Amino acid sequence: MSFNIAVCIKPVPDPSHYDKITIHPVNKTITREGIPTIINPVDKNAIEAALQVKEKWGGKVTVITMAPPSAEENLREALAMGADEAVLLTDRAFAGADTWATSYTLAQGLKKIGHFDLIFTGTESADGATSQVPAQLAQWLKIAHLWNVQQFKITNKEELQAQMKIENGYIEYALKLPALLAVSRECNKPRYTTIMGVMKAKKKPLITYTADDLDLNKDFIGLKGSPTQPGDIYTPELGRKGQELTGEVEEIVAQLIQKLRAAGLNLESWNACAVGRE
Amino acid sequence: MNLKDYQGIWVIAEQMAGCLNSVSFELLGKAQELKKQLQTPEPVTAVLVGKDVEELAPELGAYGAEEIIVVDHPGLELYQNQTYAEVLADLIKEKKPSILLMGATGIGQDLAPILGVKVNTGVAAHCVDLRINQDNNLVAVVPAFGGKVLGDILCPKHRPQMATLKPGVLGKPERNNQAHYTITKYDPAESLKKDAGRVKALGIYRQEVKGVPLEEAEIVVAGGWGMGSKENWQLLEELASLLGGAVGCTRPPVDEKWVEGEHQMIGTSGKTVRPKVYIGAAISGATHHVCGMKDSGLVISINKDPKAPIFEVSDIRIVGDAKTILSKLIEEIKKIRGNVN
Repeated sequence: MSFNIAVCIKPVPDPSHYDKITIHPVNKTITREGIPTIINPVDKNAIEAALQVKEKWGGKVTVITMAPPSAEENLREALAMGADEAVLLTDRAFAGADTWATSYTLAQGLKKIGHFDLIFTGTESADGATSQVPAQLAQWLKIAHLWNVQQFKITNKEELQAQMKIENGYIEYALKLPALLAVSRECNKPRYTTIMGVMKAKKKPLITYTADDLDLNKDFIGLKGSPTQPGDIYTPELGRKGQELTGEVEEIVAQLIQKLRAAGLNLESWNACAVGRE
Repeated sequence: MNLKDYQGIWVIAEQMAGCLNSVSFELLGKAQELKKQLQTPEPVTAVLVGKDVEELAPELGAYGAEEIIVVDHPGLELYQNQTYAEVLADLIKEKKPSILLMGATGIGQDLAPILGVKVNTGVAAHCVDLRINQDNNLVAVVPAFGGKVLGDILCPKHRPQMATLKPGVLGKPERNNQAHYTITKYDPAESLKKDAGRVKALGIYRQEVKGVPLEEAEIVVAGGWGMGSKENWQLLEELASLLGGAVGCTRPPVDEKWVEGEHQMIGTSGKTVRPKVYIGAAISGATHHVCGMKDSGLVISINKDPKAPIFEVSDIRIVGDAKTILSKLIEEIKKIRGNVN
């Protein structure tokens, strides 16, 4: 028994640098200069999940992305982790796609490559974080899917069981294959790449498809094909005029207690939470 | 698609095991605001899906639903994405709402995008605000890059205009016990036949939450990586317990297992809180976290680094060691209570 597995990844600006992101005052575009582009962190959990399935059951792992040509570097990293093949969907016509148009393009890309028993994605991207592409992709492919998967177990070639995280708990499901799972960080611990992996990755196939290579409805792709359209962008005004408490620890804490009382906390009572009910 | 055929503001209410998710009330409050902004007011409708859920309808009425469409069927007892999507897609196609709102919850974030493809429309994800513009279209305000940037998202040529809203951002509207509402029943039998049964729910498992739930707490004591150890973390637990509040955190304490789980995380990929008092200890203030607490009442921050970004969004700044300050604060509060131990 073996599985044909696809993993969809997204190159994103490194989230540890988001404090540096600014909006260009004139062009009103996002400036992300000097921020490295990495594989979306939770997408590495998706790659790991695919590799573990392959190691246990046998099969092949294809990693795919719709991104600018520079994404080749990110795909090579996925190959270095252990994926067998990579596919880059890249075309200016894809630019500005919302989740609807992105998921459609990915679906057509996957159909072009072949049939997949299992598709893995991360739950959400660090930059846009809509978390909508996995569910929409499964919808275009007309296959079962589960989002926010914290754990899964393949029962046999036809079925798997998986847990979808919800607020304060989870729901357990049985899914018929082919299926798409959007995995969360808890699902596993992604492996690191090794020197050996990086060497091997250089020789693995990396195929590029443009819009003309795919069977696409041109009205469904890019910004033009997107039902949602972007309007203004702005930086939220978060600043507060803070007051610093200074002095020795005792003095600071004494002032802090005053401030808490002024905010309405009743510190004498065990029910300090009776805020604003005085 | 003739846009004029689409009328009304819908809220997909979320319930589980006979309990309504409070985000549904927040959505109804916002739906009523949007109604006032429309050129011609359109009715606010709640859609309630599940098994034996009709008794929850009056609660939705009290928070602003003028009509409640009840879709009650044994096959809808547990959330199954394909099953729910078949039913709701048919309902949308038949009744043609202009705006459709859902909670950006575990279930809402899964269901909304499926509907987007099924009914061929756009979905603005995890919005923090909504308004109607001069063209009478919905404008959804969506955070990106961990909340560093906000963007307006429109859906000008497709209907319904869909949006999911982050729970806890909008606040619950006033309850009106005298509200008038109508209940309409909808039979999903035909839609259920289309479900291929590829996704089958086996059961729900809930974690017990200790003390006050984070999103409802009026006092939040939050900590970050700088707390240093699980032992130091106990100070936050103790202070929260003394104040009758809840403990929140950033990502690292979850990874370090100082807290029970991700349900305690505040931020873009965690919860949004707006307590009356927020105390942040050893939190640097990355945008991901700030986005989830910026609407708190009084913000008090303690950090060793005078340049920590959290100070820019704080009312009270304390530059110092969180462990020392918190220990002393706990000691003093205990003294006030006449309990030195």
